[in-house]
Amino acid sequence: MEHPALFGVVASGNLEVLVESGSDKTLCDFEVDTSAHGFAPVWQAVLEDFVTRYPVGGLKFSIHDAGATPAVVHLRLVQAFHSLDSGS
Amino acid sequence: MMQRRCSFREATARQRVAHLLDPGSFMEWLGPEQRLTSPHLAALGAPVAFDDGVVIGAGRLHGESVIVVAQEGVFNGGAVGEIHGAKVRGALMRAAREKPRAVLMLVDSGGVRLHEANAGLLAISEIMRALFLVQEAGVPVFALVGGTCGAFGGMGIVTRLCDVVVMSEEGRLGLSGPEVIETVKGVEEFDSRDRALVWRVTGGKIRRALGEAQQLVEDDVAAFREAVTTHTRFTDPQCHEAWSEEGLEREQARLSARRRDYEGVRDAQVIWNGLGVGRQVALMTSEEFNRFLQEAGLA
Repeated sequence: MEHPALFGVVASGNLEVLVESGSDKTLCDFEVDTSAHGFAPVWQAVLEDFVTRYPVGGLKFSIHDAGATPAVVHLRLVQAFHSLDSGS
Repeated sequence: MMQRRCSFREATARQRVAHLLDPGSFMEWLGPEQRLTSPHLAALGAPVAFDDGVVIGAGRLHGESVIVVAQEGVFNGGAVGEIHGAKVRGALMRAAREKPRAVLMLVDSGGVRLHEANAGLLAISEIMRALFLVQEAGVPVFALVGGTCGAFGGMGIVTRLCDVVVMSEEGRLGLSGPEVIETVKGVEEFDSRDRALVWRVTGGKIRRALGEAQQLVEDDVAAFREAVTTHTRFTDPQCHEAWSEEGLEREQARLSARRRDYEGVRDAQVIWNGLGVGRQVALMTSEEFNRFLQEAGLA
């Protein structure tokens, strides 16, 4: 991957996702910074679901969240993943 | 194949830059991977953005080198904080030194980020000073206003300092924003929830008619691009419009006449009625509106 990809904007009910190369090709790293506290199990579920659907080994996803719903989080993760191919 | 229209208003700052410049030419400075986030927002426990809400860098437009600043209006209203402001100022200082063909300011901001009050105010004054250095170096600065936040507060002033202001009807330009006016002076003074009123008073059409914007274009990134690439300040590097004493006096006379003609006017509708176009204005495309201004001798 030449350039890191950024998708989404931090705004109420929204989030941004930065995708970079990770250190280990067999792992996918997530770093979540969120203003909504107490939703760790929900995040865990959304991220686990995402990694079973997409080949994300060797990538690192960093997230700034401002209270997005699980569906929006999933959508942005997928968009960020696809934006790696399109290079935008 | 027909190019799909890209709404300037709907696009993010990053998408605007990508569509505006020659494909693949943009090189971002201090990109999101550098994680220059706001320490002030973090201290308040507020969400931060990887780029602190502004994209800066260099690229090519119609083959010519340009330096670009693009604010993200959706992140904290595009407001200028310490990091955000330092990035804008840095890009301008580099433009003053490197002298590209033009600087493009994609302004989308409510002004100073109130969480960072003094640092934000200081940043605005530094941006203004840097802008003057760019202009002194002979580099034209284009303000492109068509985002969700428009250009208000300190960034409204910065916009008016630019050499050429390009707006869409959806873009807005002003000093105090509608909600600020309502909060300070009351709803009788200005109803910020009256969307039609807000756009009649601050929108692209009235700003163009009053001469505060020099170009009115459709809400399409390609239209903004064309407005810049066909402008004489872009096509002719020798074209300088330095203010002469006569020029300043002409501008003073124009503003005095405007004040006299429109004294006490509280709504652009009065101005449109006076020009005999009443409510048709809202339905005009930018092309029809520009033709109307031309025919009315207001262009």
